[in-house]
Amino acid sequence: MSRRDFPAFRYLFPSLLFVCLFSLYPISESFRLSFYRLILMLPWLGQRFVGWENYHDLLTDSVALRSLVTTLTFVAVTAPVEVILGLCMALVLNVSFRGRGWLRAIVLIPWAIPTVVSSQMWRFIFNDRYGLVNFFLFGDRTDLYIAPLADPSLAPVTIMIADIWKTSSFAALIILAGLQTIPADLYEAASVDGAGSWQRFRHITLPLIKPALLLALLFRTIDALRVFDLVFVMTQGGPADVTNVLQFYGYKKSFGEGMIGYGSAIAVMVFGISLLLSLLYIRLMGTRILEKADQG
Amino acid sequence: MRKVILPFSVITIGAFSLLPFLWFVLTSWKSPTEITAIPPQLIPTFHWDFYRSALNEYGLLRYIWNSAIVAAATTVISIAIASLGAYALARFHFPWSRYYLMLLLAVSMFPQIAIAGPVWRILSGLGWLNSYHGIVAAYISLALPFSIWVLTTFFKELPYEIEEAALVDGCTRLQALRKVVLPLAAPGLFTAAILVFIHAWNEFFFALIILTDPALQTLPVGIALFPGEYTMPWGEISAASTIATLPLIVLTLLFQRRIVQGLSAGAVKG
Repeated sequence: MSRRDFPAFRYLFPSLLFVCLFSLYPISESFRLSFYRLILMLPWLGQRFVGWENYHDLLTDSVALRSLVTTLTFVAVTAPVEVILGLCMALVLNVSFRGRGWLRAIVLIPWAIPTVVSSQMWRFIFNDRYGLVNFFLFGDRTDLYIAPLADPSLAPVTIMIADIWKTSSFAALIILAGLQTIPADLYEAASVDGAGSWQRFRHITLPLIKPALLLALLFRTIDALRVFDLVFVMTQGGPADVTNVLQFYGYKKSFGEGMIGYGSAIAVMVFGISLLLSLLYIRLMGTRILEKADQG
Repeated sequence: MRKVILPFSVITIGAFSLLPFLWFVLTSWKSPTEITAIPPQLIPTFHWDFYRSALNEYGLLRYIWNSAIVAAATTVISIAIASLGAYALARFHFPWSRYYLMLLLAVSMFPQIAIAGPVWRILSGLGWLNSYHGIVAAYISLALPFSIWVLTTFFKELPYEIEEAALVDGCTRLQALRKVVLPLAAPGLFTAAILVFIHAWNEFFFALIILTDPALQTLPVGIALFPGEYTMPWGEISAASTIATLPLIVLTLLFQRRIVQGLSAGAVKG
C-alpha cells in the first residue's frame, strides 16, 4: 500500500466542516450583511440592501472613530510592553537556578486565570474605596482616594495594566522557546573573544531571537485587537466611551441594539485591521511561518 | 553582581505574577466587615461564609457543572476530530496541505466579533441557542485550528516505520491510527487536550451571546454578570473566582512543562 492512496480527504472532512460552517461561512456572511439593513428586534422589516450606507455611517460615526483610536492606542501600548516584559521574564527563566520550575509555574498563573476573573480582580484592586491601589498610594488618607475606573483619563490605563499583567507571560513563553534554541557555545566563543554581557546580548541574543520577538508581537497584537472581556467586566466601555474598544462597540451594536447590518460593518473593519497587521508581520518575518507550516 | 540581580528579578517576577491574585483569594476568606474596611485589611481571619453564600445563594454549583460539561465535551470532540485531520496532514503531503494549515492559522486569528453575528444566526436557525451542543459546536470550531497545528507537529515526530508494519500486518489506516499512532502520540494528545480544556473553561465572548439562560451559563458568564448594581458582592465574587480558577492552577502546577511545550509548539493562540 503506497502513501499516495491514503484517503486523506475523509480524515480532513470533519475539521473542514467545522471550519467552513463556523468560521468561513460566518466571515463571508458578515461581509454580505454589512451591505444590508437588518435589525434583530424588527424582523418584519427583513433584510434590505443598502449598499455602502453602513460604511458611510461608520465613517461619520464619531463614537466609532473614537473607538478605533481607543483600540489602536490599546494595541500600540500593550503589545510592545508585553513583549518587553516577556523578554525580561524569559531572560530570567532561561538562567538555570534552583526553583526555576516553580517560577515558571508561577509565571503561568496569570495566563491560566480566566480573563473574566482577572478582570474582576483588577476591578477590585482599582476600587475607589477598598482597592489596593488607593491604599498603596494614599494609605489611610481616604479623602484623597481616587476612582480610576470612573476617571476618563485613568480608565484606559487600568485596562492596559490588567491586560499586561495577564498576557506578558504568554509572550515570555514564546521568547523563552526562542532563547532555548541558541547554542551555548556561541556565548562561550564570544566570551573568549572578550565580549561583555551587554555585547553578547546585543550581538548574539537579540538577532537570534528576533523571529520569536516578532512572533510574540504578532500574537499579542492580534489578541489585543480583540480585547473584550476586560472592557465588558471592568468598565462596560465607559466612562464617556474612553474604553469603548471596537470589539465591544460591535458587540453592543449587534447584540445590545440588534443592529446586525451596522454591527457587521464594524466587524468587517476589525477583521480588515487584523488581517492587515498580520500580513505586515508575516512580511517582516519573511516566510518563516510558511516554513513552519511545511514542517508542521 | 549576578548574585544580587538574579534573586531580585526572580522575586520581582514571582511577586508580579502571584500577588494580585493572591490578594483576591485572601479577599474571599474575609468577613463582610473586613472586606469593607478602609484602609483594606490585608490578612483575613479566614471565614468560609462567602463560599457558602456563593454556592447557596448565587447558584455557583450550576455554573461549575455547566463549565465542566462544556469544557470536557469540547476537549474530547475537538481532540478526536483534530487527530484525524492532523494525522492526514502529517502523513500525506498533498500540494494544498500547507495552505490548509495556513488557512487554519488565519482562522484562529479572526476577531470573535467578525464571525459572532452569523454564528449566532446559524445556532438560532438550528434552535441550538441556550444549549450545550450549541456552545460546544462553536467551541470546537475555535479549538480545531490550534489542536490541529499542535497535533500535526507531534505526529510528524513519530517514526513512520511502526505504522507501516501495522499496515503490512493487515491493519486498516484507521486501525493503525487508533492502535499504533494515538497511543504513541499520547503525550501530545494530552498536551493539546489541556490547552483546549483551559481555553474552553475560560471562554467568555461566545458563551455570553449564546447562553442567555442563567441555568445553562458557564462560570465566566456567571462571574462577569454577578448581580449587584450599587454594592458589589466582592466577597462572593472573589470566592466564585477562586473556585473557577482552582482547577486551572492545579493543571498549571502539575503540567507546566507540557503547557509550555504545547504553547511553543503550536504558538497559535493565547
